[in-house]
Amino acid sequence: MFENYSDSQVYLAIVLAPLIGSIIAGVFNAYISRAVAHTVTILGVGISFVLAVFVFKYFAFDDAQIYNETVYTWLVSDGIRFEIGFLVDNLTSMMLVVVSFVSLMVHLYTIGYMSDDPGYKRFFSYISLFTFSMYMLVMSNNFLQLFFGWEAVGLVSYLLIGFYYKKESAIFANMKAFLVNRVGDFGFILGIAGVLMVFNTLDYAEVFAAANSQANLTIELIPGEQWSMMTVICILLFIGAMGKSAQVPLHVWLPDSMEGPTPISALIHAATMVTAGIFMVTRMSPLFELSETALSFILVIGAVTALFMGFLGIIQNDIKRVVAYSTLSQLGYMTVALGASAYSAAVFHLMTHAFFKALLFLAAGSVIIGMHHVQDIRQMGGLKKYMPITYWTSLLGTLALIGFPGFSGFYSKDSIIEAVHASTIPGSTFAYYAVLAGVFVTALYSLRMFFIVFHGEERMDHHTKEHLKESPWVVTVPLVLLAIPSVIIGGMTITSVLYGDYFANVVFVQQAHDVLGHLGKSYHGPLSMILHGIMSAPFFLMAAGIATAWYLYMKNPELPGKIKNSFGLFYDILDNKYGFDAFNEKVIAGGTRGLGHIFSKFGDIMIIDGIIVNGSAKSVAWFSSVIRHVQTGYLYHYAFVMILGLIGLLALVVY
Amino acid sequence: MFSNLPLLSLVIWTPIIGGMLVLATGSKNSIEAKVLALLVSLATLALSIPLYTQFDASLASMQFEELMPWISSFHINYHVGVDGISMPLILLTTFMTVIVIIAGWEVITYKVAQYMAAFLILEGLMIGTFAAMDAMLFYVFWEALLIPMFVVIGIWGGPNRVYATIKFFLYTFLGSVFMLISLLYMYMHAAELNGAGTFNIQELQKLPLELTPQILIFLSFLLAFAVKVPMWPVHTWLPDAHVEAPTGGSVILAAIMLKLGGYGFLRFSLPITPDASMTLDWLVILLSLIAIVYIGFVALVQADMKKLIAYSSISHMGFVTLGFFLMWKITENTGSASGIVLGLEGGMVQMISHGFISGAMFLSVGVLYDRMHSRMIKDYGGVVNTMPAFATFAVFFAMANAGLPGTSGFVGEFMVIMAAFKANFCYAFLAAITLILGAAYTLWMIKRVVFGPIANENVENLEDMNGREFFMMLVLAIAVLVVGLYPAPLLEVMHASIDNLVLQMGTKIPALP
Repeated sequence: MFENYSDSQVYLAIVLAPLIGSIIAGVFNAYISRAVAHTVTILGVGISFVLAVFVFKYFAFDDAQIYNETVYTWLVSDGIRFEIGFLVDNLTSMMLVVVSFVSLMVHLYTIGYMSDDPGYKRFFSYISLFTFSMYMLVMSNNFLQLFFGWEAVGLVSYLLIGFYYKKESAIFANMKAFLVNRVGDFGFILGIAGVLMVFNTLDYAEVFAAANSQANLTIELIPGEQWSMMTVICILLFIGAMGKSAQVPLHVWLPDSMEGPTPISALIHAATMVTAGIFMVTRMSPLFELSETALSFILVIGAVTALFMGFLGIIQNDIKRVVAYSTLSQLGYMTVALGASAYSAAVFHLMTHAFFKALLFLAAGSVIIGMHHVQDIRQMGGLKKYMPITYWTSLLGTLALIGFPGFSGFYSKDSIIEAVHASTIPGSTFAYYAVLAGVFVTALYSLRMFFIVFHGEERMDHHTKEHLKESPWVVTVPLVLLAIPSVIIGGMTITSVLYGDYFANVVFVQQAHDVLGHLGKSYHGPLSMILHGIMSAPFFLMAAGIATAWYLYMKNPELPGKIKNSFGLFYDILDNKYGFDAFNEKVIAGGTRGLGHIFSKFGDIMIIDGIIVNGSAKSVAWFSSVIRHVQTGYLYHYAFVMILGLIGLLALVVY
Repeated sequence: MFSNLPLLSLVIWTPIIGGMLVLATGSKNSIEAKVLALLVSLATLALSIPLYTQFDASLASMQFEELMPWISSFHINYHVGVDGISMPLILLTTFMTVIVIIAGWEVITYKVAQYMAAFLILEGLMIGTFAAMDAMLFYVFWEALLIPMFVVIGIWGGPNRVYATIKFFLYTFLGSVFMLISLLYMYMHAAELNGAGTFNIQELQKLPLELTPQILIFLSFLLAFAVKVPMWPVHTWLPDAHVEAPTGGSVILAAIMLKLGGYGFLRFSLPITPDASMTLDWLVILLSLIAIVYIGFVALVQADMKKLIAYSSISHMGFVTLGFFLMWKITENTGSASGIVLGLEGGMVQMISHGFISGAMFLSVGVLYDRMHSRMIKDYGGVVNTMPAFATFAVFFAMANAGLPGTSGFVGEFMVIMAAFKANFCYAFLAAITLILGAAYTLWMIKRVVFGPIANENVENLEDMNGREFFMMLVLAIAVLVVGLYPAPLLEVMHASIDNLVLQMGTKIPALP
């Protein structure tokens, strides 16, 4: 790639640059100034971004060979080598660019957003550490390191959600996020164990090469029941993805994660970490292709998430939570694409979504700065004239999100809908209608928020209004820089990513599942896709969504309140988020604690200690109190016993 | 240049003799006692390092072996040596003892010399137990080390220390009495077969035994080792002992003494009674899984930090015993031996890692207890506000305890779960629940103790760690990270010995190629 440096040095530099920045800002926290902290971390991420761009060019345009090398051997046991190593190919290089670009934007933005925060340096240390962890995840060439990165991003997410550690809601949310993710990881590590059992290695290349030959293995989960081993492994791995990528029912942590500062909501809980599950399943396509059951499962979970989480976005009043539910819904779209074997479409949507969702979050953050940390959209309104850059960039992001023809989101989302339509995997019909209905819902909640925040009556208090102004340049420049790809990246790349050979060496799709290949036959470039798009169902649904939002929140703002009153039951169901939180808190958490109390009180204290241990101690005490009478202390008693004993012994010898 | 020195004996006896010297300084000059104790522990650590650097990892046989007749009429010898199983444990002992001496530096004011001496003597006895190659010598060390621990809890312990010490003593003593009977039986049996009895452990491993006596011997060993580990249901002495023990006592108890049980399985139960191990492997697996899951639930609801960590220890030690006894189920299920070594070595790594992490966790509680004189979770809250450096370490060790990859806590659990899946899906399923439960009880404690607003005036007046405390935490954190990020060197010293162990049991493992 570069003349004087080997490829492995370049890849190491990408990974280590943000790590070094993070260590300097974190460990020497007390000895460096704020400027040093943000300079070293931005420098680290900046270096890795520049290198990532070169790597991307190297793979996308120079047809580089796949790089797959070991960095070091973590351990060897039982003849199995567990290694740390890098696999860099077209998928990795795309992920590297997305992660490093969004991370760099977020680093810049943080200078403005966190300028008053006492934890400024700590924050920079964390987000650089996150960037490092995410690189390790996407560059891994084996399941072990994948799990390392997987848990490391979870750790940083935990630290950042609980960044405001004095806030009770924040430290509850971060524990919840970690534990829910651990439920996913529970499945994930079992999946990895299954892979090790079947293939006796955790190296991707070796596993994928041998996958086909092991397709018919079975496993007995419960005695007498034979299951396809591949189905078991794939579903277990996907449970891990459900945790990280917040799929129903493991989605509950993501809305609460909004307790963290807004820059990390953009970076971690929208653009990058939550897409780890999507990335992982795409990486494992040679395994998932072997199990139609697993694909079907993925399809249904994704469809449920895409539609039902979208509904929740409609009734949220916290600006960040609207965007959070939107993220859930969009992750559902990506998951649906995975289930339909349209892996490229999932990653394509992952990429476009990363840009426009980071943009929307950062724009929301800009609004929050302007509103002096008010997040309730009911207290906003008419911000358009005070914050023009935020307004226009938000508009672009919103249009990209709802899939307005020509914007990035249009290409990726329409492709997913088409792919699901073409899919024959069981559940695809349900998934098709779910993602189709989701288009209307997406347009409705997005424009609802947009209208309430930027248009209409100015509902903020007098004091806030006086100070309302556009955010500083460190905030607005990232918005503009993110707005550009939100608009153009989809049209620019769709031809090669979805219908070209960009992922030819990465994604494996069985002939029978190849929906994208099928769609490719009728694909004639981005412009014709727009022409086709404006005459199809998703476009009309989107338009209907926009019109509904406009009517409800601009034209007739009294109406939503009346609807809410007359459909109280539905509103309550949505307001309680389908009861997931209450169920988890009461049944799962409460049940776990209850079981703990039962085991502790009855098992340990009453039965083991009370009856067995102290009971035997008491019987020993009773026994010795009886025996004690034998110990009289009188010499002649002892002498008498001794003589008796002697006689007894003699008697034994004689007979 | 030291090749002629009886290195292993030096490592065993330096702390014991040093401990006697410390005792001789008397309690008046506490600073002298402390400095001397520190020097002795450092000297022992330095002496133990050649055990690693000069260790030949390619050999399965005993190294640094020393043999002297002791009680020749019963063929009892002073016979010591190390292999890849005992050597890491000895280094863990010498390392943790230095930490414990430093931990008691300012904290212990009552009978300082006796306190320091107790730990040094304990160190020597523990190393002796790991190094003994003669079963009777092993038994003597094994029983003798109860005395200093008994003294440590009994003199420097909490208000309920008498109950705890008696419970601790009776449990462990009861367990080991049966072990003694088994050793005597085998001595007699060897005498019948070969004309001369033996307590040489390697000879005992070759002793042919019928299944019935094997099962009885296995059960008596199980009782001795299960109490030490401790395994469910003979575990209830541990939380009580921890709660009453001073910080140093808890650290040694958790970090080293529990490992004696695990070590016993590898040195005695498996190689001496392989057929019984095969017949009763289900029992050990069952008890291990109960320990991992049941105890995880119990840990969740503890109100006392030390009890919580004690239960967490029991749960984590379940992985050790699980990993050790998976081999037959693996060969039965997969028809291949692949995974046996993974389980055994996973259990070993778990022991070393648990030594660092549980030690660090108990030290963390000690740091708080020295300031607030309370171990109850409800008395804390928002410690991070006044003790940010401490909070950083507390969160780090909590994550290690929850088995986060990159820390040592992950390595052993990962290896054992991998091996367990090969044996039976259900084993892996139950063992992996620790991923959730372990994180739940550890992080919930962290949430209530470390995070949040300042809970009360006492927390508000807390001072952050001093240099001494910082140093201990830092050293342990480095150990946890090194083992977590690069466990290969630790595993390399074990391979030959573990392979040899599997080989010894070779004929007893069906389907072994």
